[in-house]
Formats: sequence, structure tokens, C-alpha cells
Amino acid sequence: MPETNGNDGKPAPPAAPAAGNGNGAGNGGKVAAVVAGAKAVKTRAVEEMKGAIKAPEKTDLWKSVLRVKHDETPRSRALGVLSNVFLHLHPAKVNRDAVAYNYTWGMGGMTFYVYITLVFTGTLLMFYYHPSKVVAFRDILYLDSDVPFGKLLRNMHRWGAHLMVIMVELHMFRVFLTGSYKKPREFNWVVGVLLLVLTLLLSFTGYLLPDDQLGFWAVTVGTNMARATPLLGHGGPFGPQMGMTPFNDVRFGLLGGSIVDSNALLRAYIWHCVAIPIIASAFMVVHFWRVRKDGGISGPAPVVLESEIKEPRKI
Amino acid sequence: MDLHQLWTIVSTPDNVPIVLLLFVVPFYAWYGLRQAFANDRLIAQLEGNPEMAKTHHRKIQPFKAGWTREVHVWPYLLRIEFLAAIIVTVILMVWSITLNAPLEEPSNPTLTMNPSKAPWYFLGLQEMLVYFDPWIAGVVMPSLIIVGLMVIPYIDANPLGNGYYTYKQRKFSILTFIFGFIVLWVSMIVIGTLIRGPGWMWFWPGTTWDHNRLIFEVNRDLPDLFGIAGRAGKIIFGAVVVGAYFLAAAVLIHKLITKTAFNRKIYARMSVLQYVTMQVFLIIMLSLPVKILARQLFRIKYVWVTPWFNI
Repeated sequence: MPETNGNDGKPAPPAAPAAGNGNGAGNGGKVAAVVAGAKAVKTRAVEEMKGAIKAPEKTDLWKSVLRVKHDETPRSRALGVLSNVFLHLHPAKVNRDAVAYNYTWGMGGMTFYVYITLVFTGTLLMFYYHPSKVVAFRDILYLDSDVPFGKLLRNMHRWGAHLMVIMVELHMFRVFLTGSYKKPREFNWVVGVLLLVLTLLLSFTGYLLPDDQLGFWAVTVGTNMARATPLLGHGGPFGPQMGMTPFNDVRFGLLGGSIVDSNALLRAYIWHCVAIPIIASAFMVVHFWRVRKDGGISGPAPVVLESEIKEPRKI
Repeated sequence: MDLHQLWTIVSTPDNVPIVLLLFVVPFYAWYGLRQAFANDRLIAQLEGNPEMAKTHHRKIQPFKAGWTREVHVWPYLLRIEFLAAIIVTVILMVWSITLNAPLEEPSNPTLTMNPSKAPWYFLGLQEMLVYFDPWIAGVVMPSLIIVGLMVIPYIDANPLGNGYYTYKQRKFSILTFIFGFIVLWVSMIVIGTLIRGPGWMWFWPGTTWDHNRLIFEVNRDLPDLFGIAGRAGKIIFGAVVVGAYFLAAAVLIHKLITKTAFNRKIYARMSVLQYVTMQVFLIIMLSLPVKILARQLFRIKYVWVTPWFNI
């Protein structure tokens, strides 16, 4: 009986089909042999499936995907992080006090998470949006009223962007308060400031895209500043002396015209959806890499007393 | 008291982040400073007791002899990151379901919005336009803010407070940053968002936005106050006043950074380049509140009037 055979956890005895074969005589014997053989194969398949379900980590498929054992040894725990492409930004171990919320406030990590959310929702929004003066506003109306979950998508993108700006500023505040920009992390602070600027630019270029009064006038006010650029704007100090007019100054370059119009919309779209995300991602890669290379998270470090200050190295 | 007006301003979808800022910035300032003061108490204790300083683990977090100083990322950090991701997602979802992103009329270059405001994170700069010309408020100041933030690690010669919250060991830098971030940046955003109404006029929260309100500004240029009429005279006078401000501010800042014995010790570690860089950025940062006071108290529009630029 296959049912009873299955319980000892061993592969089905190959003797059964062989025995059937030997006894067979005539057509009926052959059929019986084939049936017996099929039964044996089925039993074996069931056995193998049971084994795979009971211990999936022993299958070749599992091993090929996850590459390392996942038992509860320190080595496996470390390898589980280090040999995973998404987790390998982490070290194997961290300062025990750094995992508490009160030191980092989690702002850097959450900013990155919100950025991922924005890339995801933004990509979905791009399916429904044409960066053209004729249809841009109508696309937003369409998104808000007809696209399934379109309104939720747009809301999440909008509020996610605001949340990201707030989180970036709070992250910077925390890094300052803990003195984490000090040696050896000076350069990573510089990268962080650039990321702050890129975050603001991302948010600002996105503001124009709905092509409504709010975005239009915000971008008009914002880019009007550019005409006052010293030397490079037609309304700025020494701009006219440098030969600047509304048609060749830095504002013209930003807007692709002398007013906020279709070219400005297209430029905002390309900066917002392609150029700045790529630049910001590159800086993020450097930022995270440098966090690791500069010795991981900065603290909480043991306090240093005033009497213990070392004399600075003379150049 | 016009509660309807107040509600209209506060509940405008794009103003909600500022209402949020009003709560989270003070909260995190308190949250960070509370740990700073706790560390300061520990530092004072350790400084008074050298024996304890040798054996203590020097953190406010609890520590027992048998504990490891490091924990595995999996699971102790990754589970928190996972939880944080879920919480952020939930917050974002709930926020997005309950509040709709703003969408106004289609853009119309012939119909100016009043007030027409930049996105909220730039309203500090727009608010600065009241006190400075666009080339300063919109171009020079933002550039200097960015560069000024970038140079912070290179001009901060204080080696203490690296990797832990402290106030006492870094009084000057903490106070300067809080002044720049909270007093200048955040509060000017709040003013620009919640208080500035039509014509960028000042409306206290709760007063009605009167679109016909007129304010007769009697702002005068400083050279006119002193009766200086000629163009060359104005240029020279303005340059002298601005130069005098730079000098006075430099002296004031120098006094501040050499006030205590500890500050003098840090000052002695600074290179000339570090010192000059810090002075320049602090003087320019201080020029904003000085100009605000000059405008609000003495109704002064420009200090330095030239045919090419005004300051």
C-alpha cells in the first residue's frame, strides 16, 4: 500500500516495479507492471514533496536563491545581512544603544524609505501624465476622478514629498545635535547638504507639474528670483552691464523661455522625473557608502571629558 | 476674531505640513536637548570623580558587565526598520486618504494669485524679500546658506560632542544652529505661511484677510535720514555703514567665541582660515535679524544705495 509505504521517510522501494515486471506474462501483466511503476513514481514524488515542504532550506532551489544557511548561529545571522544585496549596506553588528529610537530618531532611514515610496508612486503617476500645456491639467483631473486609486496615488506623492522635506530637515538637525558631522564624517555632511538641496529642488520642480494656479504662481515667484542673480540675471546687480536681457539670462535657461510656459513645464518634468532623481540617487549611494566607510553610525559614543582633549596635530 | 479665516489658513492642504512643523520641530528640539542635558549631568559627575571616569561606560543608557557592546543587525535593527517602514506607510496612507492634494484653477498668467506664495519650504526666503532685494534674498542668501552649511564641519574646531548629545560642551555651535534653523528658517516659514496675507501684508492669526487693506509704508533710506543727497555721497556713506556693521558684528562675534575659558581653548585650535570663514558666515547670518530690526524699529529701507544695487 502506498499510504503505509510513505511514512518511513525513505524513498519508495524500487523493488516493487521490478518484481511486478518479473512476474508479468501477457498484456495484463504488462499493464499491471506499468500501473505498479506509476504508483512507485507517484509515491516517490510525494515523498520528495513532503521532504521539501518539511525542510525547504535543504532544497537546491532554496540554496540557490539564499546562498547561505539560516540557522540560529551568529555566523549565519551575520551572513544573512552581509550576503544580501539589499541588506549589505548594514554592518553585521551595530552599537547596542544605536538601535534605540532616541539617538537617531530614524529620520535618515525613513527619508530613504519615503524617497522609495515617491519613486514608486511617481512612476505610476507618469503613466497618466503628459508634460504638455494642453493636457497636463486635464491629466490631473483625470487622475483625480477616473484612474483607479489615482487620487490616492497623487495624494501619497504630494504628502510624501512634504514629509520627505520635513524628515530631511529633522535628520540634519539630529546630525548636528549629536555632532555626527565631526571627524571622520565631515565630507558625508557635505554630501548630505547637497542631498537636502536636491530634495528641495525635486519638490520644487514637481510643484509646477499639475499646471494649476498654485504651481504656476509658485514657480513664477521662485524663478523670478533668478532674474535678480548678480551678473547672470537681467534684473540683478551688474546684469545689464554684462549684457543680460530676459532672453539670454539664467532665468531664460531655467524656464526655456522668458515666461513660465510649455517649455518650462517640459523642463520641470524632465528635471523632476529623470535628471534630479538620478543625481540624487548617485549622491545617496555615496552618502550611505560613506556612513559605512566612516565607521558606521556615529553613536551613542561614550562621552569625552574636557580634560581628555588631545592636542591638535600640527601641519 | 475671525475663526473661519484662521481655519481656512490652517486647513489649506499645503499648509498642513507647516502645522505639522509647529509640533514636530519643538518636540524633536526638546527630545534632543533632554538627552543633551542628561549627558551633561553625566559629564559633570565624571569630571568631579576621576575614579568613576575610569570605570564608567560613559553613556546615559544602562549597561551591565555581562552585556555585549554590539548587537546583531538581524534581528535587532532590521525589525525596527521594518516596523518604521510600516508605520510611515500607514501614516502616509491615512494622510492621503483623509486629505486631498490641492488643485486650483488651471494656470492663468493673466490672473495673479494674491498672495502668490512659493512652496512652503521656500517661504523663509520669500519672507526675506521684505527686508532684502531679490538678488540677496533669492540668490545670494540661499547660496550662502548652502555653502555655510557645507563648511560647518571644517570650521568647527571643537573635538568634543562627537557622537553624543551634549549642550555644555558645544554651547556656541548648538545655540548658533538652533538660532539659524529654528529662529530664522522655521519661524520665517511659519510667518510666511500662516501670517502673510494678501499683498504679503502682516495679518495676525485670527484677523480677516482684507484684500483692500492698504499700508502706507514710510520706509526711508538711511542716507536720506542723514540728509545725504548726492549719488557719490550715498555710495560712500552706505559702504562706510556696511563696513561699520561688519566690524561691529565681527567684534561682537569674537567676544562671544572667546567668552569662556573653554571657548578660548577651542579658539586657540582654530586656523586663521577657519576663523575668517566662520566670521564671514556668522556676520552675514546676523545681518538678517539686524536688517529686520532696522526695518521694524526705524523704518529703514536701504542702507547702501547705489545705481547698481541696494542693500
